[in-house]
Amino acid sequence: MAENSYLRAVWRRFKRHKLAMVSLYFVLFVIFVSLLAPIIAPYHPNRITGDFGAPPGDGHLLGTDDVGRDVLSRLIYACRVSLMVGILATLISTVIGVVLGLVSGFFGKLLDSIIMRFTDMVMSFPYLLLVLVAAAIFGPSLMNIIFILGFVNWPGIARLVRGNVLSLRERAFVQGALVAGLPKPYILFSEILPNTMAPILIHSSSVIAFSILDEAALSFLGMGVQTPTASLGNMLGAATSQAVLTNMPWIWVPPGIMIVLIVMSVNFIGDAIRDAFDPTNPLV
Amino acid sequence: MNKGGLLRYVLKRLLIAVPVLIGITIIDYLLMNLAGNPIDMMIGPRITEAAKQAKMIELGLDQPFLMRYWLWLKELLNGNMGYSITTYQPVTQMISQNMGPTVLLMGTSMLVSFLVAIPTGIYSALKQYTVRDYVIVGTSFLFISIPGFFLALVLVYLFSTQLGWLPSSGMKTLGGSGGLIDIIRHMIMPVIVMSASVTGSNVRYIRSSMLEILQQPYLRTAESKGIGRFKVISKHAIRNAMLPIVTLIGLQLPMLLGGSVIIEQIFSWPGLGLMTMSAILNRDFPVIMGVSLLAAVAVLMANIITDILYAIVDPTIRYD
Repeated sequence: MAENSYLRAVWRRFKRHKLAMVSLYFVLFVIFVSLLAPIIAPYHPNRITGDFGAPPGDGHLLGTDDVGRDVLSRLIYACRVSLMVGILATLISTVIGVVLGLVSGFFGKLLDSIIMRFTDMVMSFPYLLLVLVAAAIFGPSLMNIIFILGFVNWPGIARLVRGNVLSLRERAFVQGALVAGLPKPYILFSEILPNTMAPILIHSSSVIAFSILDEAALSFLGMGVQTPTASLGNMLGAATSQAVLTNMPWIWVPPGIMIVLIVMSVNFIGDAIRDAFDPTNPLV
Repeated sequence: MNKGGLLRYVLKRLLIAVPVLIGITIIDYLLMNLAGNPIDMMIGPRITEAAKQAKMIELGLDQPFLMRYWLWLKELLNGNMGYSITTYQPVTQMISQNMGPTVLLMGTSMLVSFLVAIPTGIYSALKQYTVRDYVIVGTSFLFISIPGFFLALVLVYLFSTQLGWLPSSGMKTLGGSGGLIDIIRHMIMPVIVMSASVTGSNVRYIRSSMLEILQQPYLRTAESKGIGRFKVISKHAIRNAMLPIVTLIGLQLPMLLGGSVIIEQIFSWPGLGLMTMSAILNRDFPVIMGVSLLAAVAVLMANIITDILYAIVDPTIRYD
């Protein structure tokens, strides 16, 4: 029950952040719309349903794109794709990072050096460049993008978890468990991992935001999700054509604003979680 | 830290970097092998199949992986990064030709970012929980969250196609007389885009670093001596708040390098990023891997330098 009241206190502190609450509602709304995309979207996202590049108006709330597809429907499906990439890529990188960080911090010595030096190596390559190279090698597709982002993005989490494990390992409850002769994997996953959950959660929220940005950047450059599948990035990519950029802002402005809103909301929520978990903040 | 300690630390830091550097070359070589046949990448252009076979044996490419890696490494140390498959130029030559504009763009962006972020961050911290503080924090969040390519499109839409104030691409006006003013006009938008997200996160770092310092007991001591709030802040607080900022430069170099690929592509800025992006679109792997290797080494070096600088400027930190 102590656990429960702690979480309730965290939730109370989170609720004080008005912007984070608005962001939370917004993200929940986007998730809801994405999940129900086939029901909510007025048209099929990949089907040509109107004139080429018709401005917003009757029948097409946000107009049609340069080949005559409904922009609103594509936007809804694009959010679905972007959220999926963001969440799945973050799940992959979090699992890899947490396992490597736990092992590295807990067992120390040679294993720690090897894992940390490997982390240094991966971190030395500019992230976007590594992702682009991988996309060029394995070919751009939705699944590949998720795996590439997931497999490239773990070093930050690994370092964070390792640092936490190093300090937790010296604490009395872990030392006690060690002296009591409990099996090491048990201590690692049942004693240490739960106590480092909060920083992992906070970090993951920013990784989701970055993954969504990265997917958009890749697709914008033509190395990510490929048309006809709509993603926020490749919808924006249409604006590399001068005609679309100048004369059809309704095609590229909505996905751009959508990316900004989603990423900003995720960042606000992450910041509020950080504050809420901070024990130096008063429990209101 | 005393002199001997610092020297030991610098040596230790350099020693740790050696395996990382070797690892970077291995990863680079592995990726290149995943990408395709290294024979086509290492030898020159327009060579017959028989000559290719001969070259393969001459270069020892029929040997096992580790041996091949060793040979590649030796070539690399002689400055041979292979040849581009599209332009047939040596990769080293291409890189050195395109380096200038990128360094100019990144250097300016970093400078602009710190010139804006340092005063803004300090001001925001001093006015914590006021409306102005909220506006600054909110704006920096917006800057962090806005993707560079979207900001670039908005700027081009506003200032080039609608208002016609700024050129949307290139570094110089074609056929124009050129000159410094012309280059600066071409740089304005790329620099804004490149520095936007970096400035956003810098403001937040500097603000929180300053807030942390403002709570330190030694500031209260300084204030209670009666030297005045201005002096306390300018002499004691700001100097100490600037320490962690040294590390930001090392952290942000990879971000800037990655960002330059997108920004140079949009603005047709004739630098490394544009070259890399066209290499990626053409699957020109010798060029891609050459740039990746160079970038990784640059980042590694920047990290070493910031670590050492940090050890020099902050005497309270001990590295054992």
